[in-house]
Amino acid sequence: MLKYDIVVIGGGPAGLAAAIEAKKNGVDNILILERDRELGGILQQCIHNGFGLHIFKEELTGPEYAQRFIEELYDLGIDYKLDTMVLDIQADRSISAINTTDGFMQIQAEAIILSMGCRERTRGAINIPGTRPAGVYSAGTAQRFVNMEGYMVGKKVVILGSGDIGLIMARRLTLEGAEVKAVAELMPYSGGLTRNIVQCLEDFNIPLYLSHTLTDIRGKDRVEGVTIAKVDENRRPIPGTEMHYECDTLLLSVGLIPENELSKNAGIQLDGITGGPIVNEAMETSVEGIFACGNVVHVHDLVDWVTEESRKAGKNAARYVKKELSKEGHMMKTQPGKGIRYIVPHTLRLNNLEDSVDLMMRVDDIYHDVKMIVSIDGEQVKTMKKRHLAPGEMESVKVSLKELLDRKGTVISIAIEKEGA
Amino acid sequence: MYDVAIIGAGISGTCIARELSKYNVKAVLIEKDTDVANGTTKANSAIVHAGYDAKPGTLKAKFNVLGNAMFDQLCEELQVPFKRIGSFVVAFNEEEMKTLQELYEKGLKNGVPDMEIISGEQVLAMEPNLSPSIVGALHAKTGGIVGPWELAIAAAENAVDNGVEIKLESQVTNIEKIEGGYRIFMGAEQLDTKYVINCAGLYADEIHNMVAPPAFKILPRRGQYNIFDKSVGNFVNKVVFPCPNEFGKGVLVAPTVHGNLLVGPDAEDLEDRTALNTTAHGLGFIRDHSVRTAEKIPFNAIITAFAGLRARPDTGDFIIEEVQEAKGFIDVAGIESPGLTAAPAIAVYVVELLQQMAGFEKKDNFNPHRREVVHFMDLTNEEKAAMIQKDPRYGRIICRCENITEGEIVDVIKRSAGARTVDGVKRRARPGSGRCQGGFCGPRVMEILAREMNIEIVDVVKDSRASYILTEPTKQTAITEETMESVAASKEQ
Repeated sequence: MLKYDIVVIGGGPAGLAAAIEAKKNGVDNILILERDRELGGILQQCIHNGFGLHIFKEELTGPEYAQRFIEELYDLGIDYKLDTMVLDIQADRSISAINTTDGFMQIQAEAIILSMGCRERTRGAINIPGTRPAGVYSAGTAQRFVNMEGYMVGKKVVILGSGDIGLIMARRLTLEGAEVKAVAELMPYSGGLTRNIVQCLEDFNIPLYLSHTLTDIRGKDRVEGVTIAKVDENRRPIPGTEMHYECDTLLLSVGLIPENELSKNAGIQLDGITGGPIVNEAMETSVEGIFACGNVVHVHDLVDWVTEESRKAGKNAARYVKKELSKEGHMMKTQPGKGIRYIVPHTLRLNNLEDSVDLMMRVDDIYHDVKMIVSIDGEQVKTMKKRHLAPGEMESVKVSLKELLDRKGTVISIAIEKEGA
Repeated sequence: MYDVAIIGAGISGTCIARELSKYNVKAVLIEKDTDVANGTTKANSAIVHAGYDAKPGTLKAKFNVLGNAMFDQLCEELQVPFKRIGSFVVAFNEEEMKTLQELYEKGLKNGVPDMEIISGEQVLAMEPNLSPSIVGALHAKTGGIVGPWELAIAAAENAVDNGVEIKLESQVTNIEKIEGGYRIFMGAEQLDTKYVINCAGLYADEIHNMVAPPAFKILPRRGQYNIFDKSVGNFVNKVVFPCPNEFGKGVLVAPTVHGNLLVGPDAEDLEDRTALNTTAHGLGFIRDHSVRTAEKIPFNAIITAFAGLRARPDTGDFIIEEVQEAKGFIDVAGIESPGLTAAPAIAVYVVELLQQMAGFEKKDNFNPHRREVVHFMDLTNEEKAAMIQKDPRYGRIICRCENITEGEIVDVIKRSAGARTVDGVKRRARPGSGRCQGGFCGPRVMEILAREMNIEIVDVVKDSRASYILTEPTKQTAITEETMESVAASKEQ
């Protein structure tokens, strides 16, 4: 049985930042378990730039962003195992894992940090009818083929879903010589960042059809065509609005799902909205000593925020190992109000807060000129004017410890209100 | 000259091939696709039926009941997943209760053991997720679930290990009567054989018509299904049918042998024998009908949909006989439901027919077992450790959703009648069958296939030859390789 103070499951941006921060906070005996052949996670296939504007104040590519953390990890001498799969995690923080060199391992950790990231929603999950030919890829799989394996996936492409990976791939495939014919989005707004709509679609004259969906896939061996139709307010296709496209490739960018199969087995409670663990101010899950950060908790828009959140998890895991994390004292719950889909973290133990807490959230629709209202036990404590809010972009609200201590309330909620309402 | 040529490597053809491999015969199994089990066998309800549905006296009734009884031994010998979990036909009113009584009596006539009619309360006690308005059910304890393509693949492998030849990607284009047998043309290729067994599924009438006047027609009937995530696989414990109607057994709800939930099929008569597409209408139909049986079916946990075509004969019953106008040519046609259940018994019967004609000798060295199949995740921790020590490829997980190792994937490529396509690997070892549907493991599986088959990764296909996955190296790869070559060339100079 191997023993570590902290075991980090997943060596992507979340796991790297968490491990580094834990080490900097005085815990030496740390191990990262990574299932891929290298550290860095999905960043390694994100060869476009735009990463790091907040953390490093410069524009980096995904691999460059990852490399900064990997180098730091090397410098700090943190242990890691690649090509290693965790098979099981128990609530007593024992882990079983395998790889080709160590074989079957059992590891006992004082604290665990979950940073497994997310996976893509599939064609099956959205039940698109049609044939089942080759040529249907989730956008991330296509990205891996093109950017890491070095192979093109097709020549004439239609993309369903306007998530960021789909948008990025529209540009990437165009630059590689493919013709991207259209992007269809079920919702009346894009799920991606505005900058990606502009830089990846508009700059290349790729049409984006909002409130449209895919109603058929044709082709026996390889995709031969797809049908896109407009949807009504209940998101059902409107007969007579069908547009037929000839294409050999269909990319799906229809959402990301936090990968929490290991968490579920460990008995960790999940949030039905985020699909990730319910966490407290320390990013600790419902199982003591098991922390979580990054896309395994909730899908982020920018890796910079993953890094920030993961540093918090790493620091707190270190505090937990050093027995500096308090289980006592005043506790509050966060509660999404009107217009807010979820808030992370879900609970706050005020004793563990330093001077403030960042509440991360997503809104449920596009909003213009609204107020975000923070209330404690129903009483407004502060309001912020917002010119533009979109579901594709994560929002954060900083609440100071003083604001929380002043009220001594039990529930802090955030809601959106029209200005002047 | 071959003794026997079997046309079609679906469940019928593969079971017959295996049965035949118990004898000293030179046999060949001919398949048009890149893999065995690639037609109706891979897209059906995966049910081992008890046998109360078929009309007494029919071949369907006879071979259903005989076949059902063979599954325990067969699946054990071939290491195929099979569970005798029992089945319910549920009734919602008194009229349907009468139907249950009729089914029960038909079952008795057909020789089905272990049936009972139970009350609505008993049903709900055993299956709490079913509709509370169910008033009773026919409980057939011999009903079960099986991996249908696994059975056909295992039978093919075992047949090959016992000496049967297999020819894939060989579409029969014509058959000529020759002295003492038949000449089978497969495009430019041909072979001669004394006997022919026509197991061509949806195309059995076309194959029949190559040697004799038309005697029957195959009328494709499509069925659509949804598969659900393993997290809801225990939604029901048994195979649950509504009362049968004119189109068949109705939309069932059942667990699969792999722990998923299966809902379907509808029934739609088509002309096109390749129309394997699902439709919004069909998927809507199975949803609307299945919720009558169980309101709370978790439709948000669907991981995929598929359609299969039943090879329905216009005669109403299985056609298993020597063709009158073509001596030595045996039709095994119209094997729609309960064809999967019946297949092992049909195989025994067909080989008996052949025996009467040819008098083949039984082998003394027939091996009924397949080489051991390792399911890494089913091993104990100690066994896992030992397995990786023996072969480190079992220490590398390729499929993250189902924890399938490289060792298992290489094994299914290396076996007799092994996998040669991404779908072939998926059907045998299951990477790509999980909730990510191959998103993560697809590239890795292709890499392994290319390596093990010694082909380029762009030549790895999903299923058919034309189902290419990658088109060409990216511009950047091409440039890099060119640059590297010119650098190397300049160094040499």
